[in-house]
Amino acid sequence: MTVFTAAGTRARSGPPLSRAARKGYLRYLAPGALGFVIVVLVPFVMNIAISFTDWSGIGAPSFAGLDNYRRLVGDEMFWSAFANSIWFIVAMAIVPTALGLVLAAGLFDYLEPRFGQRVSSALRAGFYLPQVLPVAVAGIVWGWILTPYGALNTVLQKLGVTDPPNWLGDTAWAMPSVMLVLIWIQLGYGLVIFMAGMARIDPQFHEAAELDGASWLTRFRHITIPQMQPEIFVVLLTTTIAALKVFGPVFVLTKGGPGNATNVPSYYSYSNFFGTLQVGYGAAIATALTVVVIALTAAFIKIQSRAEGA
Amino acid sequence: MTITTEADVTATVTRPRPAAGGAAAASRHRRGPARWIVLALLTLAALATLFPFAMAAINAIKTVDDYTAHGPLALPHSFDLSAITTFWQEVDYTNKLLNSILISGSVAVLGTAISVLNAYAIGIGRIRARRSVLLLLLLATTIPQEALIYPLYYMAKAVDLYDTRLVVIIISAVMSSAFGTYLLASVLTAFPPEILEAARIDGAGRWQVLRHVVIPVIRPTLAVLMTFFFIWTWNDFFLPLVMLVANDNQTASVALGSLQGQYTSSPTSLAAASLMGILPAVAFFLIFQRTLTRGAVAGAVK
Repeated sequence: MTVFTAAGTRARSGPPLSRAARKGYLRYLAPGALGFVIVVLVPFVMNIAISFTDWSGIGAPSFAGLDNYRRLVGDEMFWSAFANSIWFIVAMAIVPTALGLVLAAGLFDYLEPRFGQRVSSALRAGFYLPQVLPVAVAGIVWGWILTPYGALNTVLQKLGVTDPPNWLGDTAWAMPSVMLVLIWIQLGYGLVIFMAGMARIDPQFHEAAELDGASWLTRFRHITIPQMQPEIFVVLLTTTIAALKVFGPVFVLTKGGPGNATNVPSYYSYSNFFGTLQVGYGAAIATALTVVVIALTAAFIKIQSRAEGA
Repeated sequence: MTITTEADVTATVTRPRPAAGGAAAASRHRRGPARWIVLALLTLAALATLFPFAMAAINAIKTVDDYTAHGPLALPHSFDLSAITTFWQEVDYTNKLLNSILISGSVAVLGTAISVLNAYAIGIGRIRARRSVLLLLLLATTIPQEALIYPLYYMAKAVDLYDTRLVVIIISAVMSSAFGTYLLASVLTAFPPEILEAARIDGAGRWQVLRHVVIPVIRPTLAVLMTFFFIWTWNDFFLPLVMLVANDNQTASVALGSLQGQYTSSPTSLAAASLMGILPAVAFFLIFQRTLTRGAVAGAVK
């Protein structure tokens, strides 16, 4: 959240520093700038350069022009990976935002006035806990539950289901299973931000509406949601970007499989880099992903600033 | 990753809504049965969220026989730590935890140090082009790691830093400092100019002002930032996965992430591994919340 609001640097009162005085501060930027150049700038440019070559990572890369990008356009694996990203956006951004709003309003506007802050905070912590797990740990917890002979199927068999599905290994079930895990992980993020945002809404809005006999649902629709626009925006933006970049859960749960069922661009580029050693092609995928992420961020911010201006 | 922690700051920093009108507010909310139904539903939903944690915990301490006889849902009829000890020894978990602590701790310190220096130049030094610098950092945080990883991997190999904890520390510290600079720059831009002015009149140089005036005042924020960096690095998966191949260098996160698919023979050992991954995270969660609250309170007192 801070990320997008902090940019509007406030004007500081007091005498402005002279040009010479400002210059003296430049040296404090040196370590950071050096690190940035080595760790971000140079690799970023190198990656783009590599994407125009044919290279296995060993020996000299040979220039290949736009070959990798031509291949990208016709590569079904690449497009299906991007199509899968849409499912990841649903599971990481859309469902958690919608569900998080309802839950946050339920906790903050309904339960808290009736049962106290302790109850709502405890429940919030419960929903939030999956967020603090390292993704690898979330992966093995769920992997253990979802494997063919894992906890879920053992229970299903006891209940009389003779042939329960291989949740992560079946083409039809892998994506829904991974999506479920991601919703579980992401729910707490939106919830916590929304609950904090709801504390910002002037309670008089709700009081006045209640006196007019507005139901909880009406207040949710006409007060909470409009008032929560900035939070909804931030949550949708950050989670959509996170969904486009998602790697850890895919690696740990399915490695993109079965077949190509849960493959995503980031995992696809990783497997080109370190699996099939098609480094040039992997770099092209990563570059394409970067363009999509940056374009989307720019679009989001533009839409938001237009909405604010209106 | 960024996600988690920003959420918490917001949550902790924002003051809770004051209990509106006390008794009047209480009477306004009808005391019908509906509220109990809502409470029950939301509690049930929260318990469902916690269910996987409970599953890992109850099955990690069962014997395999107990698991087979009573199934994963039953509370343990036996108490057996052998799944946990086996996991611990096979993975050499002590070593993995120490690596994670070393790497995350170093990133917390180094990343915060870089952030402070950057933010000092931007927020207080008001250097020219500070807006462009901030925009560049913002862009850097949106770049997918995949777009940097191969050159980083190649460069690390070229300078003989591949498969060292140092390279992970350096890369993570610089990447975290993009966010840290952003956060601290906005804090320092709002730093009271009178204090700086007074220090300058007393003859303090730039370094002394930073060391003896600025840092003491923003210490609570720095503690929060360090906590963020520590936990992000602890949870990070991609970079250590690529950079650390030797068993001795791996972090807990990567070691656990590579377990999936192995170990399928014994149903309780994966539960044990899960539990061992969950415990530090939950511990951080508890400590973390307190640090943030303290940070917020300290900031309010100032």
